[in-house]
Amino acid sequence: MSDSGKSASSNLSAADAITSQPTRLTGAEAIWATMVGEGVRDVFGYPGGAILPAYDALRKFPLRHILVRHEQGAAHMADGYARASGRVGVAVSTSGPGATNLVTGIANAMMDSVPIVCVSGQVSSKVLGTDAFQEVDITGITLPITKHNFLVNRTEDIAPALREAFLIAKSGRPGPVLVDVTKDAQQNSAIFDFAAAAPPPYRPHPMLGAESASIREALELLRTAQRPVILAGHGILHSGAFEQVRTLAERAQIPVACTLLGLSAFPASHPLNLGMMGMHGESWVNHAIQQADLLIACGMRFDDRVTGSLATYAPKAKKIHIEIDPAEINKNVRVDVPLVGDLKQILETLLPLMADRDGSAWLGTISSMKGNASVRDIQQLPDDGHLYAAHVINDIWHETNGNAIVATDVGQHQMWEAQYFKHEEPRSLITSGGLGTMGFALPAAIGAKVACPEKEVWVIAGDGGFQMTSPELATIAQEDLDINIAIVNNGYLGMVRQWQEFFYEKNYQSTPLRSPDFVKLADAHGVRGAHVRKRAEVIETVEAARSHRGAFLIDFHVEQEDSVYPMIPTGAALHEMIRRPSNNPLVETATER
Amino acid sequence: MLHTFVVLVEDRPGVLSRVTSLFRRLNVNINSLTVGSSETVNVSRMTIVADSPEDRAHRIMASLYKLEEVLEIDDVGRHSAVIRELALLKVAAGPETRSDLFQLAEVFRARVVDLAPESLMLELTGSASKIEGLVQILSESHYEILEMARTGRMAMRRGHHTSRVVDALTETRTAPNSGGALLAGKRKNAAVLD
Repeated sequence: MSDSGKSASSNLSAADAITSQPTRLTGAEAIWATMVGEGVRDVFGYPGGAILPAYDALRKFPLRHILVRHEQGAAHMADGYARASGRVGVAVSTSGPGATNLVTGIANAMMDSVPIVCVSGQVSSKVLGTDAFQEVDITGITLPITKHNFLVNRTEDIAPALREAFLIAKSGRPGPVLVDVTKDAQQNSAIFDFAAAAPPPYRPHPMLGAESASIREALELLRTAQRPVILAGHGILHSGAFEQVRTLAERAQIPVACTLLGLSAFPASHPLNLGMMGMHGESWVNHAIQQADLLIACGMRFDDRVTGSLATYAPKAKKIHIEIDPAEINKNVRVDVPLVGDLKQILETLLPLMADRDGSAWLGTISSMKGNASVRDIQQLPDDGHLYAAHVINDIWHETNGNAIVATDVGQHQMWEAQYFKHEEPRSLITSGGLGTMGFALPAAIGAKVACPEKEVWVIAGDGGFQMTSPELATIAQEDLDINIAIVNNGYLGMVRQWQEFFYEKNYQSTPLRSPDFVKLADAHGVRGAHVRKRAEVIETVEAARSHRGAFLIDFHVEQEDSVYPMIPTGAALHEMIRRPSNNPLVETATER
Repeated sequence: MLHTFVVLVEDRPGVLSRVTSLFRRLNVNINSLTVGSSETVNVSRMTIVADSPEDRAHRIMASLYKLEEVLEIDDVGRHSAVIRELALLKVAAGPETRSDLFQLAEVFRARVVDLAPESLMLELTGSASKIEGLVQILSESHYEILEMARTGRMAMRRGHHTSRVVDALTETRTAPNSGGALLAGKRKNAAVLD
């Protein structure tokens, strides 16, 4: 131990003062000083023994700390923060259980390529490896679910590790990075030199390649295609290629199908937007993909939820795959022209060389596939006394003009949200796609609200998932966050129940769910709330929530055994959809083909 | 099929577990793995032999490159390369059976590196098949192999091919004004996988 733990400097309020010249700081101070230098303004965390030195130093820095109720919440908040803003989200925990509680949130960020940095405290280096109190090998545990992680046990290594962590998190294909800092490294002091701690420049993946030959091949495929479809994925948001993809679609008159995470990456109201593809995608979207002769995949990874059976996936289509991660090329679907690199850059190279084309014949074919489904609006259907989740979501969309950030949980409501809430703006949908993490919505919405306080933020969650992270209601109350919460309450773990109905002979084992009175629960936290049981009450309650300053929870008691349609059973081809039984015209009115 | 990857990595704690964890995650079995120093300070050289379908090699390499500490990968199985393995064999042998073993060793160009009253130790370097050949002859001749240790394969391409990544690292280290941009550029050039 070189120096003792006393603060080595007195006035650290201004960010530039901290980062402009070398100063002697404790490791604890160096953690926050590095974050300030990296442009961090907000951190989500939970203190504890091994991270206490850092918390002791926190008050000296211009950082907002949001105290969470469980570290999983901190990781999801950092995740929601990053998705809403495009900036790196930060979560802080102590060692042992604090760190392991982050794991689900880290895995979630890894699967959806979200840039977050997690800082965990660790026991002192002299007792590392001795099963000390609250010691856990968190770098070992998170090895397969982080882009990279660091164990830092020397004070002078804190700033370089943390700066590299931020660089890795946001570079290339983004993802989570964990920095585990021992308690003694926080307590000791060293010279803090922000500039000298800069990591070496980001090393692009060596297998990137979008040579002019491949671009020419892509252009040739685009020129000759009769039935092209653009597959719009999450990478559009990461790359900031919103305008470029739109230009590609408009100039070549190519219809666009979105993945779940790509839903806000192309304006929903755009005439070329078909909607969501995949397991719960609309019938015409999946039919268009199956009949296409060219797919242009933009920042998506052919997940099993969007391809259905690989053997029968888009059999007539040539495939152009524009993707930044070479490990995704030919992973699930063999592609004809891989363009490996940053989507925006590749499109900026490709677009000036591309001739405009007329796509009216193919667009006409797709329009006829839509049939009367293309003009459906469930608000126009008569009230039959039932409240369907689709009503609720459609009404929230109408009332907000789609001008809100929506964080959803995982399950039926998530798919209904994807179908009925039309996202126009990039980053307006925050949802757990790859990992499918129940309990994500509430903390992710907190992160989004902290990142974008001027935006209206809605949580749409099921009664099951909501209870996984509902203690974060206390975080909302403590931080006085104006977040509206819609619980789609059907008394079941709805999506699991739907699978039991379809594939397990309606054996509803362990899916009926008795929940607390969510309005009373909200009330206990000092959060306003209301029950809604009738369709006629939806709009007025949504308006009450919107005009209320502060958080508002609405418990929507919806039809219990409703299912999400269409649905492609696992392993079936993309066009082999289970359609809504015709005796129930609500929710999906598309005619059987 | 068997793939032989030569992987240059930064010599830091935990790198080996990152690499092996990746193979586990990709559900690819590692047949052998050797790690040791390379010609460059702070760069270790791994030779990994893995059993996977032909079309998985691309994904294995692309995934390995995503590890921060991996500098360069060469799929040497695709090129003319020297592939060697070292084996130590302790064989039960008394004074009357030794001379036969000496002859066998000579045929296989193995060296006797230890001699005890009831055993001797052979050191053999060569391809895997050569080692397996000796083992087979020994067992068919009813010699008892008391212990065997094999290093797993090491590989090096024939000819003048050298690692461009390591070249680049060396260049930047020796040229003080070149800065990190050059390093990044050079590293990127290393991408071209011939």
